[in-house]
Amino acid sequence: MRSYHDLGGLPGAPLALAEHTYEPWEKRVDALLVMLIERGVISLDEHRRVHESLGDRAYAELKYYERWMAATANLLIMKGVISIAEIANKMIDVEARLAAGDDCAF
Amino acid sequence: MRFKDGDRVAVKAAHPPGHVRTPFYIRGKVGVIEHCCGMFPNPEELAYGRPGLPAIPNYRVRFKQKDVWPDYQGHQDDGICVEIYEHWLEPANQ
Repeated sequence: MRSYHDLGGLPGAPLALAEHTYEPWEKRVDALLVMLIERGVISLDEHRRVHESLGDRAYAELKYYERWMAATANLLIMKGVISIAEIANKMIDVEARLAAGDDCAF
Repeated sequence: MRFKDGDRVAVKAAHPPGHVRTPFYIRGKVGVIEHCCGMFPNPEELAYGRPGLPAIPNYRVRFKQKDVWPDYQGHQDDGICVEIYEHWLEPANQ
């Protein structure tokens, strides 16, 4: 079966060719993954597998680095590095700080 | 290594479950080995946290666009190169 991420040759929308700058959070997601790979916690191939297993809706609706983050979190949970409760509590903490005007909370 | 530069090869028309790195559109197509890119741990194993050893050859394979896309409108000699692991390739008739 063709996986939803394997799009080569399928009809699609025109490509957006304009350059864009990366948001600070996107750079942090990138840096986090590189660090986890360099430390040997996860591998790029594992990350690809989980990224491509998020489901077609996530694939269509989430931004690229949002999918990276979701895949990284899923992989770290699978490996027992972090718990779901830890992530949940951290997200509550970050949301509270964002709401209080801390734009470096992410 | 099973193949040398210039060998005609067919990509397996396989659709196994699990993580694979062979694009859907190139499966079942026939091309020519351009060169061997080197030996690499098998990404289909690495994807599940296993070592992927022994390392396996990865080849750059050149296909004619008109062989890949039935409705291709460009020049008949236009090509596309895809890097494919050895276990996805079989010898093709000359």
